[in-house]
Amino acid sequence: MEQFLQQMVNGISLGSIYALIALGYTMVYGIIKLINFAHGDVYMIGAYIGFAATTFAKLGFFPALIIAMLASAALGILIEKVAYKPLRNSTKIAVLITAIGMSFLLEYVMMFFVGAEVRSYPKVLSDASFNLGNVVINMQQIYIVVTAIVLMIILQYIINKTKIGKAMRAVSADKDAAQLMGIQVDTTISFTFAIGSALAGAGGVLVGIYYNSIDPLMGMMPGLKAFVAAVFGGIGSIPGAMIGGLSIGIMETLVSGYGNSMYRDAFVFAILIVILIIKPAGILGKNTKEKV
Amino acid sequence: MKKLLSLLIASTLIIGSLTACSGGQDKPSTGNGDAKEVKIGINYELTGDVASYGNASVDGILMAFDEINAAGGINGMQIVPVKIDNKSDSAEATSVATRLMTQEGVVASLGPATSGNFMATIPVAMGSKIPVISASATADKGVTTDDKGNVNDFVFRLCFNDSFQGVTMANFASGNLSAKKAVIIKDNSSDYGKGLAENFRATFEAAGGTIVAEEGYVGKDKDFNAILTKIKGQEFDVIFIPGYYQEAGLIIKQARDLGIKAPVLGADGFDSPVLLELAGPEALNDVYFSNHYSSLDQDPKVQDFIAAYKAKNNVDPNAFNALGYDLGQYIADAIKRANSTDPVAIKDALADTKGFAGVTGTFDMGEDHNPIKSAVVIGLENGVQKTSVKVDPK
Repeated sequence: MEQFLQQMVNGISLGSIYALIALGYTMVYGIIKLINFAHGDVYMIGAYIGFAATTFAKLGFFPALIIAMLASAALGILIEKVAYKPLRNSTKIAVLITAIGMSFLLEYVMMFFVGAEVRSYPKVLSDASFNLGNVVINMQQIYIVVTAIVLMIILQYIINKTKIGKAMRAVSADKDAAQLMGIQVDTTISFTFAIGSALAGAGGVLVGIYYNSIDPLMGMMPGLKAFVAAVFGGIGSIPGAMIGGLSIGIMETLVSGYGNSMYRDAFVFAILIVILIIKPAGILGKNTKEKV
Repeated sequence: MKKLLSLLIASTLIIGSLTACSGGQDKPSTGNGDAKEVKIGINYELTGDVASYGNASVDGILMAFDEINAAGGINGMQIVPVKIDNKSDSAEATSVATRLMTQEGVVASLGPATSGNFMATIPVAMGSKIPVISASATADKGVTTDDKGNVNDFVFRLCFNDSFQGVTMANFASGNLSAKKAVIIKDNSSDYGKGLAENFRATFEAAGGTIVAEEGYVGKDKDFNAILTKIKGQEFDVIFIPGYYQEAGLIIKQARDLGIKAPVLGADGFDSPVLLELAGPEALNDVYFSNHYSSLDQDPKVQDFIAAYKAKNNVDPNAFNALGYDLGQYIADAIKRANSTDPVAIKDALADTKGFAGVTGTFDMGEDHNPIKSAVVIGLENGVQKTSVKVDPK
């Protein structure tokens, strides 16, 4: 039982990070029906910005987190303006391929500038741990989970209670109608990219601090797994991304903990296949029929 | 999608290099017309995952070359190193080897540092009939011998192999640490990790020990809490981590954070300053790993090397620096004894080495192109090397 609880602690901290990344996938998909494969790399760049802020500028956790989020948001807007906006009326596959190209571009440009060697964060958060019974909880795990929850609450607030959130929902529901109602579609799309990227950047900083190891290709695997999480929860659905992220984190941990650690990644991607066959809309996805 | 793309690129590169090396045989393979200089290729991981090994090896090699050139070169010829980065990628290593041998006209090529990348250069070396030597490719199979057990004539290495390291660490666990039960957490994505794990298990079990769990991870993983929580519930005396420093550093840190206090054993993949950065000094206690050399060795040759290296680079040399240095000296020694820049004559001289005295130990080159040399087991205390035990081959 203790072991199970410990595994849940591990799974929830891992899952919170997947959830933060998955939110960006799902928001962008919700609004322009694009799977933004460069999203995992925004997370990587967020981690490097946090690294620069803590190592060179000697800032603490919160200033570094906020700087990384702002810079990632700016990067997200830039990516959208440069790579996706000119293709908005092209075929879906053209935009998808551009997204993959963007992903490689970010990875290897970053590798060119910072080198491929892993780097470690300075200690900006206490890594003290305390015991609840025999369950060890690290302070950093608490920071990760709390930061993730706070960011998700803010996100829910923005989407449901603010004007721009209403605009996002409107564009997501029907872009043309929204435009006719006087909503500035371009601004709304930029804003969506900004928020999604800021969340990924925050995830990057949290991972950098928690695991103490960042490298230019760190976004690949978590990016793909967050994508699975977004599909699992129902792509386009924000609560779905949160549930999906946590579920994937916990399932992955349980497979390693009680099954065979060698099959962990295979299991995660098997989920993707199974969910696409059984319930393509995901757990919370809307079951809309395509009208012909 | 990304996998598919990289597979495509890799296969294009392989096809490209295959055609290039069959074409290369017709060309004269030495580019040293006037014999005033001799070109030696350096095909190393200067960027990428294992850049730390590559750069350290190259520092050592270039230090040896500088010393030899300053002392008048090899039989009056100055050594010209041709250094190309293989980006820690095996397809890239093949194309770098092809370029060195067919376009740059090297008489021998050094590196890459890791087994997988080194193996990728073997077909090119065998085709071009130019020797390749690695100072740190420790894989058991497929390096100096092919899958039928025949010796690859033009392939040499300067280090012991993984089975020797696995055996050494298993003997160290059961002998020096009196361990009865061990857990293995292996890098399942590298031949290195799998080979070490296999040999450790066989030797440890033969000595009466039991392996209570064998877990795996893949390179670039960052979260090991699930595996560690699982083994925490079991009884064991030591953890053996056959893998590289990027992940080993994180595993050790996360294990200590979870309250796992058992000694951690590893192999030469632990030897990098990055291990300390990742794990932190508090976690690096009771950590032992086999290595090629120890800076604690009081042999004057070793101490001279350390002093010279420190004077030049301001840091203590690690094993890759030492192996690189020996590699530079070894190839120069062979060219000198061959008294020729003909790659085939150099190959014969390399094979015929007896009693070569290097910083990483004195060795004879064996029949199978593996050196016969000893290993050291280094113990860490607060991240600093504190103890070293020498283990001879049996």
